[in-house]
Order: sequence, then C-alpha cells, then structure tokens
Amino acid sequence: MELERKLIKKASLEKLYQKLQANGNKIFAPIIKDGKTEFHYNPSYAEVTYDHIQTIQSLKNTVFPKIENLVRFTTDRNGTEVTEVDLAKVPSLVLWGAHPCDAAGFKALKSIFMWDYKDEYFNSRMNKMVVIGLSCYKCDDNCFCTSVGLNPGATNGSDILLTKLSTGDYLAEIITEKGKEIVNAAAELFEAAPAEAKEGNLAQVKQQFSHEKVTKNLAGAFEHPFWVENSLRCIGCGACAFVCPACACFDIQDETKGKTGKRLRCWDSCGFGLFTIHTSGHNPREVQSQRWRQRIMHKFSYMPERNESLGCIGCGRCSRACPVDMNILEQLIALEKIQ
Amino acid sequence: MESIRKRAKELLDSKQVQVIIGYENGTSNKVRASFIKDSAQVDKLIYDERCTQNLALYLVKHEVKHLGKMGIVATIPAMRTINMLISEEQVKPENIVVLGIGEDGKLLDFPDLTVMESFLQKANIELTAKDKEAIEKLKKMTTQEKFDYWSNALETCFKCYACRSACPLCYCTRCAVECNQPQWIPVQASKNGNYEWHMLRAMHLSGRCVSCGDCGRACPLDIPVHLLTMHMAEESKRLFGVDSGLSMKMESVLSNYKLDDKDNFIL
Ligand code: SF4
Ligand code: SF4
Ligand code: SF4
Ligand code: SF4
Repeated sequence: MELERKLIKKASLEKLYQKLQANGNKIFAPIIKDGKTEFHYNPSYAEVTYDHIQTIQSLKNTVFPKIENLVRFTTDRNGTEVTEVDLAKVPSLVLWGAHPCDAAGFKALKSIFMWDYKDEYFNSRMNKMVVIGLSCYKCDDNCFCTSVGLNPGATNGSDILLTKLSTGDYLAEIITEKGKEIVNAAAELFEAAPAEAKEGNLAQVKQQFSHEKVTKNLAGAFEHPFWVENSLRCIGCGACAFVCPACACFDIQDETKGKTGKRLRCWDSCGFGLFTIHTSGHNPREVQSQRWRQRIMHKFSYMPERNESLGCIGCGRCSRACPVDMNILEQLIALEKIQ
Repeated sequence: MESIRKRAKELLDSKQVQVIIGYENGTSNKVRASFIKDSAQVDKLIYDERCTQNLALYLVKHEVKHLGKMGIVATIPAMRTINMLISEEQVKPENIVVLGIGEDGKLLDFPDLTVMESFLQKANIELTAKDKEAIEKLKKMTTQEKFDYWSNALETCFKCYACRSACPLCYCTRCAVECNQPQWIPVQASKNGNYEWHMLRAMHLSGRCVSCGDCGRACPLDIPVHLLTMHMAEESKRLFGVDSGLSMKMESVLSNYKLDDKDNFIL
C-alpha cells in the first residue's frame, strides 16, 4: 500500500496506547527499571520511555521466544501420545516504540524462519503482532544502521512509524494494512499531516562501510588470517547472539518429568563450542576463530546470498554486550578493506 | 607501562615465550586483551586502572595455548588463578612466564613462580569496597529477603552462560548444565531453572573462585552473579581456612576430607 502521513498529538498518543490496551492487546514497550531500559509486557503508559538509544536485549523474544514449547508428550507402555500446542491461543501483541533497526530485525528473522520450511510457531506470533516503530533521534558510536541499508527513520518492518517533531507531537507514517487498521479504529486521534519534515528530527548516523563490498570480500576470505588474528580474545560466551535481533540459532531439547515431557526450542549460539560437535566427538568448528568467522559469514555472506537479507541490522547490541570488546563495526570496517 | 613493554620485548626476543598476553586499547575508551607475538608490536601493550579482565582465562584457551610458551600480564586475581590452574593441572608451570602487576600497578619481578607464591601469601586479597558492601548487605538479610533478592535478580537470566565463559575456573569442556542423560538442570531459562544453574555454579566454584569479578562483569544483563561465588569464597575461608590460589598446590575444599573438618553445617 502507499505510505500515508498523519499527525498524532502527544496527548493523543497516550490515548492510542490506552485504547490498544483496553481492546485486549498485550503491549510490549520500553520502560526504565533498576536503571536499565528494556521492553516489558503491559507497562502503564506513564512508565513508557522514549529516551533510550538501545535496549540491552533485542525484541526477538516476541516472535522467537527464548524457550518455545513445540509439543507436549506422555509416554507409557503403549507408546507415546503427542499433544500439539494450540497456536490459535497466541495473543495479539502490539510492539510499541521499536526502533527502525529492530523493526527491520523481524524481516531478517522472517527470511530464516519462513525461508524453505515455513515455521508455524514463528509465523503465528508474527501474524499476531503489530509494530509501532519510533524513529531514533539519538545514537551512539556502536550504531551503524546506515551501513547496512537502513537509517534512523527507516520504515521497513514497522506497521506505523512515529517520529517526534520539534513541537513534541509525532508524525505518524502508516506503512501497512495492519497499521491502517489501527489508525482507522482510532481515527479521532489522528490529524492531517504536518508540514515539518521528518529528516530534521533524526539521529545522524554516518555510513562507515559498504555492506556490498564486505559481502564481496567475504566470498574469498574463508581461509584468511583475519579470523584468527581478530578473534583470539573472543571467549565464545554467546552474549552477542543472545542480545542480537537477527541471530536465530536454536537447539531442540526434550525435558521430561516422569512420564510426561515437553519438546523445547531454546536459543543457542554458533559461538558455542558445543553447537557443532558431533556425537563421534568430531567438531567441524573446532576453535573459536572458526566460530567467529561463521558469525560474520552467516550475517554478511550466506544470508544475503540465500535469504536475500543481511543478518545484521546495525543495532550495535553485540558490541555493547561483549565482555572482551569484540566490536563488530570495527571488524566490518576492516573486512571492507581486506585483500 | 614502559617496564611491561621492556620485559615483554626481552621475553619475545630471547624466545623464552612465543606470545605475550596483555592489555591494549580497544574501542569506545575500553581496553581489551592483546596477544603480542612480534616484539615490534610491544608498544601496543598498556596498563591502567581500566585493565581488570582476568587474563589467566586465555592460558587454557585452545588457540592461545597452541601459540607456544606464554608470557602473561597478571593482576593479583589472575596470579591466584594461575596457581589454581597449576594446582588443577590445567597449566604447566614451565609453559608460562608471569609479568605480575602489584596493587600499585607496578611490574613485579618473578624469577620463577615460587616467588609469585611468596608474594601472594602477603598480598592484599581483600574484595573491593563495592563488592564487600554488597555482600555485607546480603548477609544482613533474612533467608526470605535473600530468596526474594536472588529470585528477582536471577529472573531475567537468559542462560547465555557468558558468566561461565568469562570465568577462568569454569574451564570444563562439558559443563553439568549441558548433560542431559540425566538432565541435572532444567533447560528452561525460568525461575527455578535459573536458580539451580546459579547454585550449581556457586557450588562448583566454592574454594576455587579467586574473586576476580569477571563473571558479573561479563553478564550482558548486569546480574551480580559474582556475589554468589565471592560469598562462597568467604565461606570456604570461614569454614575451612582456605583462601584459593595462594599456592601452586591447593587442596580442593570440595573433594578433600579431613578428620578435623567442621561438620556443624551438615543437616
Ligand atoms: S564476540 Fe564477544 S559476546 Fe560474542 S561470543 Fe565472543 S566474547 Fe562473547
Ligand atoms: S550482529 Fe550485532 S549489530 Fe548486527 S544485528 Fe546483531 S546485535 Fe545488532
Ligand atoms: S551471563 Fe548473565 S544472563 Fe548469561 S547465564 Fe550468566 S547470569 Fe545468566
Ligand atoms: S566465579 Fe567469577 S569471581 Fe570467581 S573466579 Fe570465576 S569469574 Fe572470577
């Protein structure tokens, strides 16, 4: 659909939030708790903050939960009985105040979970979710959205994108049918588009490398000494993957108690030594540099090639979370130049 | 700083070591581990109050270990770790040279590791004021209050295990949390599962934790898990008189039994 522009006054934004909540939607919005800004379920509007650069954790938990119960089972002498999870019970969710990079992160996940096999768990959650994005007006030196084809006001992935204007009111860009439904159901809260342009109200994120060039270089870089040289300090802790909005590695485990059990899909990381170990004991990614290479290759070479999407949206979370300063931006800038 | 660079250069040039594990400047005013193999690069090495990572972690890392003999810039907790790793037969003393850093940030001269041992016997191994205060606060709580505090703090843990990876004494290649025949610890990152995971870690580090604080620093969610293991370190001292890592021949508190061990805590 064609993008529509409207204005929503500061006071009306609160009314919209309350209306969505009153209509029985679960809301996931950023609040400050114990000095940290993170998304929480159903906070009161007074708690919601618009001032953060980035949350520590990504928002992928909404569609790719850290633990997904795939099936339940009961085993006895006569065999195993399997009970499917009722996906119709997945609640409607409004993601409120997601930054443009995070909204685009869902597209990266979709390119994996809906690639050849269509993952119903992911899809049902995705279908029940509406993303109300919020443009960024500030950034830090870990942000690099503009180097991966996005920008602090990118509409890609949001259903509605809000941008705070100099008046304190918000420009609302209505991007999808889902977004339009919300606007139609609360038409009284929206007004005619403002004259003020969005561009002057966005963070300035300088482009630092060309991702096309990185992808091109990676094609011949599998054996490059770069990987060992730049990852000796990586401790394989997985913090980067757990906070990343586009990392989708998982592990399936059964957890049983007596005769009943659950099959669970849990977050995993290609940075872990156990991730690729075979039953025989052989590990095709034996050392950490090979695992670090996999992380970069997957995001900047294999995904653009196979999934037609980059596996990174430039949020910088991994660099902020890494305990040993493996800064992904620094490495990508270097990879743009390797021979 | 200059003395560290000079010593590093000597060790590399005389081929006494093949790599120096030290600190260098990182991004955004951070510092990070540096692996210097060529003496022309020693000027990258730095040392200041930001250098807190316990570098002894890298002594057991496959790719680092295989570079050859290692010289390591070691703060007091890292020196204690080295003793622990030698006691537990993870590091061969002949494979390492320690560039010790004293409390004043100055380079210490250790002709061999027994001199490091003697230094540590007299060194200040007190916790930082901040950690001490946090532990005292917890100790004053009632059992219920403690339970509530940890339930709240551990609730967000998503079991990335960064705390474990950052700990130089959590070096097992197959941790108990990954064993699933039988499953000791629930897979789920949920209230009980998280509790069990952190209790297990605290127990496995009792009498071994050298109170470097790296587990807490590594946690992306800022959960103060180091307070659990540091508290166990205090308990090992109180009950068994053991401060970990002060010598190269530490006896394990958990797996040694002595006739005069107190058993008043056994229910
Ligand atoms: S890059 Fe950093 S956060 Fe990621 S596994 Fe390595 S040490 Fe951990
Ligand atoms: S790789 Fe790092 S910067 Fe890229 S999307 Fe993931 S967390 Fe963000
Ligand atoms: S590092 Fe933090 S989040 Fe990760 S397992 Fe340890 S306590 Fe949990
Ligand atoms: S448990 Fe934490 S404080 Fe203790 S040695 Fe390990 S990383 Fe250091």
